[in-house]
Amino acid sequence: MPFIPHTEDDIAQMLAAIGARSIDELFDEIPAALRARGLGNIPSGLSELEVTRLMQDAAELDRPLRCFAGAGAYEHHIPAAVWQLVSRGEFYTAYTPYQAEASQGTLQLLYEYQSMVTALTAMDASNASLYDGASALAEAVLMAVRAHRKSKSKRILMPKSVHPHYRQVAHAIVKNQGIELVEIGYDPATGQIDQAQLKGFEGTDVTALVIPQPNFFGALEEVDTLTDWAHAHNMLVIGLVNPVALALLSPPGEWGETGADIVCGDGQPLGIPLSWGGPYFGFMCCKIEHVRQMPGRIIGRTVDTEGKPGFVLTLQAREQHIRRSKATSNICTNQGLMVTAATIHMSIMGAAGLEHAAGLCARNTQILVDKLSGIGLRPLFRGGRFHEVTIKLSQPVGPVLEKMAAHGILGGYDLKKHYPELGETLLVCATETKTEADLEAYVTALAQALQAS
Amino acid sequence: MLIFEQSQASRRNGAQVSTQPVAADGIPAHLRRKHRPALPGVSELQAVRHYTRLSQKNFSIDTHFYPLGSCTMKYNPRACHALALLPNFANKHPLTPASHGQGFLGCMYDLQNILREVTGMRGVSLAPMAGAQGEFAGVAMIRAYHDAQGDHARTEIICPDAAHGTNPATATMCGYTVREIPTDAEGDVDIEALKAAVGPQTAGIMLTNPSTLGVFDRRIKEIADIVHHAGGLLYYDGANLNAILGKVKPGDMGFDVIHMNLHKTFSTPHGGGGPGAGPVGVSERLLPFLPVPLVSFADNRFQVMDESDRPQTIGRMSAFNGNAGILLRAYVYIRMLGREGMERVGNFSTLNANYLLHTLTQAGFEAALPGRRATHEFILTLRKLAKETGVTAMDLAKRLLDLGYHAPTTYFPLIVPECLLIEPTETESKEALDGFISAMRQILNEAREQPELVKNAPHTMPVKRLDDVRAARELDIRWKPAQPQ
Amino acid sequence: MSATPNNLKYTKSHEWVQSNADGTVTVGITDHAQELLGDIVFIELPETGAEYSANQDCAVVESVKAASDIYSPISGKITTVNESLSDSPEQVNQDAYGAGWIFKLQPSNPGELAALLSAADYAALIAAED
Repeated sequence: MPFIPHTEDDIAQMLAAIGARSIDELFDEIPAALRARGLGNIPSGLSELEVTRLMQDAAELDRPLRCFAGAGAYEHHIPAAVWQLVSRGEFYTAYTPYQAEASQGTLQLLYEYQSMVTALTAMDASNASLYDGASALAEAVLMAVRAHRKSKSKRILMPKSVHPHYRQVAHAIVKNQGIELVEIGYDPATGQIDQAQLKGFEGTDVTALVIPQPNFFGALEEVDTLTDWAHAHNMLVIGLVNPVALALLSPPGEWGETGADIVCGDGQPLGIPLSWGGPYFGFMCCKIEHVRQMPGRIIGRTVDTEGKPGFVLTLQAREQHIRRSKATSNICTNQGLMVTAATIHMSIMGAAGLEHAAGLCARNTQILVDKLSGIGLRPLFRGGRFHEVTIKLSQPVGPVLEKMAAHGILGGYDLKKHYPELGETLLVCATETKTEADLEAYVTALAQALQAS
Repeated sequence: MLIFEQSQASRRNGAQVSTQPVAADGIPAHLRRKHRPALPGVSELQAVRHYTRLSQKNFSIDTHFYPLGSCTMKYNPRACHALALLPNFANKHPLTPASHGQGFLGCMYDLQNILREVTGMRGVSLAPMAGAQGEFAGVAMIRAYHDAQGDHARTEIICPDAAHGTNPATATMCGYTVREIPTDAEGDVDIEALKAAVGPQTAGIMLTNPSTLGVFDRRIKEIADIVHHAGGLLYYDGANLNAILGKVKPGDMGFDVIHMNLHKTFSTPHGGGGPGAGPVGVSERLLPFLPVPLVSFADNRFQVMDESDRPQTIGRMSAFNGNAGILLRAYVYIRMLGREGMERVGNFSTLNANYLLHTLTQAGFEAALPGRRATHEFILTLRKLAKETGVTAMDLAKRLLDLGYHAPTTYFPLIVPECLLIEPTETESKEALDGFISAMRQILNEAREQPELVKNAPHTMPVKRLDDVRAARELDIRWKPAQPQ
Repeated sequence: MSATPNNLKYTKSHEWVQSNADGTVTVGITDHAQELLGDIVFIELPETGAEYSANQDCAVVESVKAASDIYSPISGKITTVNESLSDSPEQVNQDAYGAGWIFKLQPSNPGELAALLSAADYAALIAAED
């Protein structure tokens, strides 16, 4: 009986204490007609040895590819200490810190996390995480509607240069609350938000503008101009950012004259394995005046009865377990273990380490662009970028990527499904994990795939 | 001490930085950061020691019995963690083509099928990333169903007053108003109140069974008939699925949609508050609306289906494939338990709970619902003790920490005064339960003989009781570097 | 024992109402209500100029463990809110009928005042709750 320690003696003694003849009798309040007739189609149990072999065989089918895909999930080096610490049972098997005195480890770590993320974003306040970047964007939209009491339109300007999956998630989550996500196009020359289209919204009631940095194409947006424009027209600004890029890029708290109002993004680049898309974590920050509209848990520092500092969950009256139908969100569980990893990751990397990794990302991507020009391929958009770039191909991207995969390379992401107007365009990413040889191998494989067609 | 207080801005962790300085190419000057963020400047050893020490300030399943009602704090087998982190799984980019992910996809496909079988539903989606997101997906599907029927008059979701707060919060997120109905004296849904509440405005009802009161609602079939007759659908909150695993299938009770908390019933780690995973299962009529992605098997290959294959889907819940790594852990757990092991989960979680309930009531504690069987959890109320001695549920909870036990859930459900919701789970031995019973007896004596000892607990934790009023009034939610003089 | 001053009117949802010489009314929560809530940490005030009908929720009082809606006792328009509660919400605990007032309202239908509870009625109501 895996993980059930009861001996026959235990069972007999416990039933005697209860006054029941059998375990089955303990279910006598369940109407007989509802009792399941077994779980016949489920396989029998496996020993740890057997399940290990089963999973190793499954993993063997999934031969690794050298990863040049980004598009919202990024391969970075994770210091070995990070997951050794995260895997400690005291982190791995603790629950939400409702009993503060018995959870000071997790609570202090989350307070340190909030401090680190607000430092990266230059914002006033952070929560203790949401599920992922896409659902964090959805929550940011809901938050903006609550926070902007003067705007009645519930209209949010959502650029097409935001990750298409993020836009889909935001739509799925906010559509039942009468919120309208208005699509804003991009400039075909730069891939940036089309500022001419924005002008059309001047003088109308709009709740917020979403600004991605870098955007889905890897291009850098003119965040200062956009922020000031939105504020001048009574909109809140929701910044959607990559945390590693912030080691180099102007933080959203400093965008324009007064900074973004709400900031969110995916924390995966901070020490979280790619793991086929999850678990990652979403981060969310805001200006202090909006903190009561922020969803999710928030940790505060206080003192105990003897004046000693300690940490507690605070502002809980916003949350579902107290506020019920009037809560800021239904969120309950968040991504605590992933935040534990990110906090340790940021501590070990430090500002210098993160900046170094980010700098290598930018440099490797530039080297890749230079090498690609050697085989006649050019970026689709001109202008600044971080660690991703769109490349125009002269033949269908799908088969090219298949051929590259056959040579062990995950060549990038085909933009045709979500951006048919761009034709055959490839989104490719080179992080700090790539060596000069990797970059060379990529260009060779791409050239061969193109020739073979 | 905070990590920031051990930090020096000029300290570099050399192992993470190569000796080559790097200039960031390609970034225009006006978009660059002007000063470095105030992240810690510590050595790897300082960081490792700091976070190891912090971990030691936590209670956890690995270190303490954790009878936290409604949270199912069972043992998290290490094999699940180790196998989910096999490099070919852990390093897999979410946009890897299906041709290079047949192993992972095969596990997900099996998991969908097994969860479908366990719950007696027609289809399962693994997309939701937590229980609350599963609830959202479930209620959004109810709404999509009524919308597809052209029935726009259904604007209300019914929730019992004992429900988890996530239920009404979810209904609101889906654009519904919430109608609360009371619980009867025996802890079941008040049938007369339900009959009075349903109508053409009823979109559905959200129920947990066994309920949050730790009892099985005996009239569940009648409830299902009343709601279905009114044209509403039934939502099953899977928070308490552990109690009936292998015993009752929610599909057989008449539910149209359910979510499961894999971090409860299927033993994925709680991780200090997540990540969870909240797959949803549906009956036939809700199949088209399942959230994407789904894994299919055709032409001898596993494939990922998205919105282009499933036009009526309520959509995506996450950027990629939900909490895939957590799903893998649950899969390993389920394969280890197998059919027989799963049937034992319901049996032994119920045996442990009833043993505790009987022994503790004999020791002088008051059951909130005397005469009812415990399911996998049960409620004690300290109403009388609090009147006699001034010792509250909160005081008892804090004193338990001193004696080496995590506290049960306190003050939930909201409708029972001074309550303790106790859930031992099936993985605790009789010895562990007996130790807990002794501690509870000791505190009961202390409450009567030296109540101040209990009221001022805890005495042995890293901190004494914390001032949460001050925390909320004088908000300190991040460390701020000292301003240069 | 909670205080229930005789010169005020009350609601079943634990607000108090004072009629002012200028025709406005001042509204707060009762001593009994603040005792039930415990230490108050935040008050979400209504906006000046906003109009509410009788029994409509218009503000929120938060303690550490609870959040409670405040309902407009009668219909009318908010003329003033007690801004000092933003910095020191504890005034509601310390002086529920004085410094802890929450907002002033210009009634749109002063006849509704007659339907409110007297001090004696309210005292009986809370006695019955215990």
